[in-house]
Amino acid sequence: MSRFQVVSGKGGTGKTTVAAALALALATEGKRALLVEVEGRQGIAQLFETEALPYEERKIAVAPGGGEVYALAIDPELALLDYLQMFYKLGSAGRALKKLGAIDFATTVAPGIRDVLLTGKACEAVRRKDKSGRFVYDYVVMDAPPTGRVTRFLNVNDEVAGLAKIGPIHNQAQAVMRVLKSPETAVHLVTLLEEMPVQETADGIAELRAAKLPVGRIIVNMVRPEVLDEAELELVRAAPRTALAKSLSAAGLGGARRGGNAEKLVDPLLAQVEEYAERYALEHEQRSVLGGLGLATHELPLLAEGMDLAGLYELADELRKQGMS
Amino acid sequence: MSPEPTSHPHDSGSRHHRLSPAPVLEVDPLIDDPDTRIVVCCGAGGVGKTTTAAALGLRAAERGRKVVVLTIDPARRLAQSMGIDSLDNVPRKVKGVEGGGELHAMMLDMKRTFDEIVEAHADRERAAAILSNPFYQSLSAGFAGTQEYMAMEKLGQLRSRDEWDLIVVDTPPSRSALDFLDAPKRLGSFLDGRLIRLLTAPAKLGGRAGMKFLNVGMSMMTGTLGKLLGGQLLKDVQTFVAAMDTTFGGFRTRADATYQLLQAPGTAFLVVAAPERDALREAAYFVERLAAEDMPLAGLVLNRVHGSGAAQLSAERALAAAENLEEPRIVDQEDGKAGLRNSPDTYGEHDAHDGHEPHAKSDAYGESDPRGEHVEGSPIATDSDPAADPRDPAEPTVEQLTAGLLRLHADRMRLLSREQRTRDRFTARHPEVAVTEVAALPGDVHDLAGLRNIGDRLATDRPELPEPSGS
Repeated sequence: MSRFQVVSGKGGTGKTTVAAALALALATEGKRALLVEVEGRQGIAQLFETEALPYEERKIAVAPGGGEVYALAIDPELALLDYLQMFYKLGSAGRALKKLGAIDFATTVAPGIRDVLLTGKACEAVRRKDKSGRFVYDYVVMDAPPTGRVTRFLNVNDEVAGLAKIGPIHNQAQAVMRVLKSPETAVHLVTLLEEMPVQETADGIAELRAAKLPVGRIIVNMVRPEVLDEAELELVRAAPRTALAKSLSAAGLGGARRGGNAEKLVDPLLAQVEEYAERYALEHEQRSVLGGLGLATHELPLLAEGMDLAGLYELADELRKQGMS
Repeated sequence: MSPEPTSHPHDSGSRHHRLSPAPVLEVDPLIDDPDTRIVVCCGAGGVGKTTTAAALGLRAAERGRKVVVLTIDPARRLAQSMGIDSLDNVPRKVKGVEGGGELHAMMLDMKRTFDEIVEAHADRERAAAILSNPFYQSLSAGFAGTQEYMAMEKLGQLRSRDEWDLIVVDTPPSRSALDFLDAPKRLGSFLDGRLIRLLTAPAKLGGRAGMKFLNVGMSMMTGTLGKLLGGQLLKDVQTFVAAMDTTFGGFRTRADATYQLLQAPGTAFLVVAAPERDALREAAYFVERLAAEDMPLAGLVLNRVHGSGAAQLSAERALAAAENLEEPRIVDQEDGKAGLRNSPDTYGEHDAHDGHEPHAKSDAYGESDPRGEHVEGSPIATDSDPAADPRDPAEPTVEQLTAGLLRLHADRMRLLSREQRTRDRFTARHPEVAVTEVAALPGDVHDLAGLRNIGDRLATDRPELPEPSGS
């Protein structure tokens, strides 16, 4: 299992949730995982129902079996100052740079520097060792930018390395790229069984592969339960309305006769079946598209009660059962 | 006009508990008003922003206006159906639009838009120098915020051409909610900033603004930057900045003009969301931010809202009924049959004569059944004792199928109440925001007919009447 797990996905597919569940799953059995956020949205804090995360690694959850999940929201500005301090001991000069707008420039306007700082910080955590030479974190899980931007985000180091042909930024970028392109890293894509997210997943995989970044697995999120299978759907559609009405009535839902409460349920229930059938067919189609991408695929269920902390543990458990950790 | 009742959220019975419903966002008056010149659709990624923008544009065009839709990153098939799948950065007329108006659409090409600005503001030689500068090339191809800035730039361009009555803009799926509002300012403040002066200072023989720093440690500054970025990159940046110098004023002015355009009375912001926790939280953030920036918010478009035509039947009851049907066939014992085969109407309005109708096999497949082609011996049609039934025991019975319908319904009702809870939370926080709901479609939209359908759903008034089931 790669030690650096990058989780991307189209907006709305729940990549933050999946990243968090994955961190929990990986932390099981006494392991330590770091969950990293790079987009400044405080999605992790919201998910774990804690206050906003500072730029600091702090423990946010305990996994079954005594493992621990730490979280870090990387702030590019602080990461840059951190970096300057670390390499150049630039205490006051750092502040002067900030005053000048140079930090602002570097972290927001200058192409790629922001991304180098974000991936650089995450890679530093991946490689960090304690005094006894053991890795501080067994796993680092990154809630990465969405599929459309993730290749550029991860590959930006290459770009910066090309742009800054010498100097420390260049060296830093090279070092980061060595981690990102090694088997130490796996980039997973989260999708839904819907056309656009699946299309974006396929495109994303092609882009990652073209950039020689290690593609991990596909995680299909929010999979709705199969209530009726194909054969049953056909039978329901062929069933006489009156038979259904009588059956509903037999279940205690009112009269089966025209105008009776059970009879009045038949049309709306059948309309829901039609919607279900249409979605079922679309999902079937998308599943086969995903199947053609040649990657290990995991499916996570849609949680009926919506996403909360308990649900997160449920998803982590599911990922573990499916051998994702 | 209105979609079939079964899929319409307004029929939902889960609305009972809301104390004061949000005001209704009237879409047609908004897009029909000749004073509305710009509609900006914003919201989190994956909530249907692009589809909403395209559907609004189509609807406005078919109601007689001359519209252009600026999309950022449309789904391929949607773009193809509108004829804008090639990136040429100019609006194309969309074919197949009905009614008196016109619809044009375009997909943003951010690098090209950036190039065009440079070309428009610098002489040929200088423009060529900028366009070939490596720093510029990666800046224009996608630094954080370029897309946002270029979307706003393109909006300004389209507006100043004055060829359209109405411009509908889709916004990029920003990492932070309103990057597209910040980008012009950020670029503007960068370009006006002291850093620029510093960087250009060597080229300008120590410009006055850089003087002070020159004294205290100019060389240390450029030295540090040089150390950090590598000397060659610094040189690229300096060359770029020097070459761009003449166009800075233009950038700044345009950024300010676009910002003011967004605040102008002819602009309407629509926040787009889906009834999910994250999307609505982001929507609330947008609403607050727009208010803080004095941007005119028209309302919230809530996409993918589910409804049910059978909302009078709760999830719990549906599940209980399903279990009842799925119980081992004890229910088929002759004794139990009368009671279970038919039940009185115990909820809602009473239907007395229907209540105790005896189980009558003869009218099971009733005369007026439009669907019923009764095939003798098929598992559905057979309602007899399983012991006497020669068919495959694996085939589901009508009871099992009905149980399936009920479970499907229970799932739907749970989804409904979850969606309702989520949006109630939003309404509690922002009771002033007008809302229009768009019923969920089972599949994706990728043609004009689909967009038209969404447009209808966008514009359908929500009936502000008490629920028919009256609980």
